Amino acid sequence: MEPVKLISGKAYPFGRKNVDTDVVIPAHWLKTISRDGLGKGCFEVVRKEPSNVFDDPAYAGAPILIAGDNFGCGSSREHAAWAMLDMGITAVIAPSYSDIFSSNAFKNGILAVALPQAAVDRLMEVAKTDPITIDLEHQTVTTPFQDRFTFELDPFRKHCLLNGLDEVGLTLARQDAIAGYEARASKDLPFLAKGIAAAG
Amino acid sequence: MASKPRTLYEKIWDEHVVERSDANDDGGTCLIYIDRHLVHEVTSPQAFEALRVSGRTVRRPDLTLAVPDHNLPTTARLDSAGKRLPIADAESAAQLAALETNAPAFGIRYIGATDAEQGIVHVVGPEQGFSLPGATIVCGDSHTSCHGGLGALAFGIGTSEVEHVLATQTLLLTPSKTMEVRVTGDLGPGITPKDLVLHIIGVIGTAGGTGHVIEFRGKVFEEMSIEGRLTVCNMSIEGGARAGLVAADETTFAYLKGRPLAPKGDDWDKAVAWWKSLATDPGAKFDKSVVIDAADVQPTVTWGTSPEDTVAIGGVVPDPASFADPSKQDAARKSLDYMGLIPGQRMDEVEVQNVFIGSCTNSRIEDLRAAAKVLQGRTKAPSVKWAIVVPGSGLVKAQAEAEGLDKIFIAAGLEWREPGCSACLGMNPDKVPPGERCASTSNRNFVGRQGPGARTHLVSPAMAAAAAVMGRLTDVRELT
Repeated sequence: MEPVKLISGKAYPFGRKNVDTDVVIPAHWLKTISRDGLGKGCFEVVRKEPSNVFDDPAYAGAPILIAGDNFGCGSSREHAAWAMLDMGITAVIAPSYSDIFSSNAFKNGILAVALPQAAVDRLMEVAKTDPITIDLEHQTVTTPFQDRFTFELDPFRKHCLLNGLDEVGLTLARQDAIAGYEARASKDLPFLAKGIAAAG
Repeated sequence: MASKPRTLYEKIWDEHVVERSDANDDGGTCLIYIDRHLVHEVTSPQAFEALRVSGRTVRRPDLTLAVPDHNLPTTARLDSAGKRLPIADAESAAQLAALETNAPAFGIRYIGATDAEQGIVHVVGPEQGFSLPGATIVCGDSHTSCHGGLGALAFGIGTSEVEHVLATQTLLLTPSKTMEVRVTGDLGPGITPKDLVLHIIGVIGTAGGTGHVIEFRGKVFEEMSIEGRLTVCNMSIEGGARAGLVAADETTFAYLKGRPLAPKGDDWDKAVAWWKSLATDPGAKFDKSVVIDAADVQPTVTWGTSPEDTVAIGGVVPDPASFADPSKQDAARKSLDYMGLIPGQRMDEVEVQNVFIGSCTNSRIEDLRAAAKVLQGRTKAPSVKWAIVVPGSGLVKAQAEAEGLDKIFIAAGLEWREPGCSACLGMNPDKVPPGERCASTSNRNFVGRQGPGARTHLVSPAMAAAAAVMGRLTDVRELT
């Protein structure tokens, strides 16, 4: 994964609450065995609405999406994150996210920045005319008008994003600890540890 | 730390910590061991491909079970000579073929499309005894929360996490907060677990459980069947919760004993003793607590495009202006526009053209019995164009046929299908046409969920059957 440090540019002032992942990418797009090319289906239903932000030339190619509460609720489909990336979105700003989307975004290097509603409202205004900058290292969102909002981020996730670390690789380096757990479990919880080979 | 009373969730979590990222014990990212991993065709191809590209293997294929469900058409799979019929959609066929190749290539047990045990992952796991109390269970599907009905910590994951579990049998996770949904009193006659969970989501909202794991507590759940508990926990995710739990008890043990992949002999006895020790300790604290009076629960339907948009069948479509939050007013207006409903309209006058009985929420034998009981000796209304019953697995199908339920459905004018996810999501041929309504026993009424422009009303199996008979949303109690 590529390291993420600074994301700066236009932002889609979308603002909607409870955006589910069926809206981000409808199920008929999920019949793929690849991660690529899903941008075409991203926000397909919204893009049928007249004067939607995604087809407004003013925001073309924006790397940031601004949304309302509970963004990415519903299905666990990581295709939502892949579709947004394919469309060029590398950061979201919203008051809150579903747990699964938040994790899927992180695994794909998409910054899911959580800010209070008032800050999100202000950024929605700014986005209509001006760019927004997200600085991961300092955990700030700034605008050309002296706005400066700070956001929280799990330190482990921040470390992985800043350094572009591969989580599977990191965990594979902990093989000994995993083997140690399995040795304990085979004594204490044999009915779980044996797996289905033993059950026949 | 040792003597602090703990919740069921905290006990399962503590038991599965491989490593903590910091020494403080509270919060922070932990490496958590995963006991059971279910794999289906839609969210796994990219994970297997990533393993292949990086030359990695599956650490514990024996803790993994693969079965196709989402994409599989629910029409006949074999011709009269017993030969497999081709799948018309080329992309679906390719995705299904990928799982059929990937599972054996990585040493994973695979239940194929034409095997007797095939079905929806969340029906197959409990049915086979693969899903067990106290286990950590994951699957690349948000309705994995379903298995919490057995007292397992079960939750949906994305494809990168599927890859992580395949390669390491662990996940990097931060602990969730704990939430109790306590239901007091008894459900009224004819009120089902589906009505209860729809009512709960209506109360807490779709983000009510975000960041939390819900434990459902109270006499109602203690007296509920396993099928009912699976239905309730299945929809925990619609309340935003990562997982739902009902503590395992004698009902759970009786359900699991003797299932093909459940522990046997000495292991079984050890397992039961440990499962009993997992119940939430007296005095354990939950971060959040919601109390629901069972007497408030009516046969429940949805009016909008979010599972929190619930109303009793005797109620009316709400006025968007009645919501305090301006953004909810706006969302409600958009929902009503999409759904083609007007404020004040009676829910039991809403006509439906389609009926779907199935999905990981409501396709188990108890669900089919409830629907058949309503349909016995009745026929679907002529205005209902399409009504299908899709059993959750081949074993559910066989059981239903042994009980003659299929004959009741067919006599009533409903179609009896092969197992799969079917019309719950618009990615296989079972779709609801644009602008038409469906009384559906599934879990999501999102815009376009059952097909572009489809209008979904979530209901229980008995209510779906009643809607099929009357051609409109109907209080099933009027038919009994």
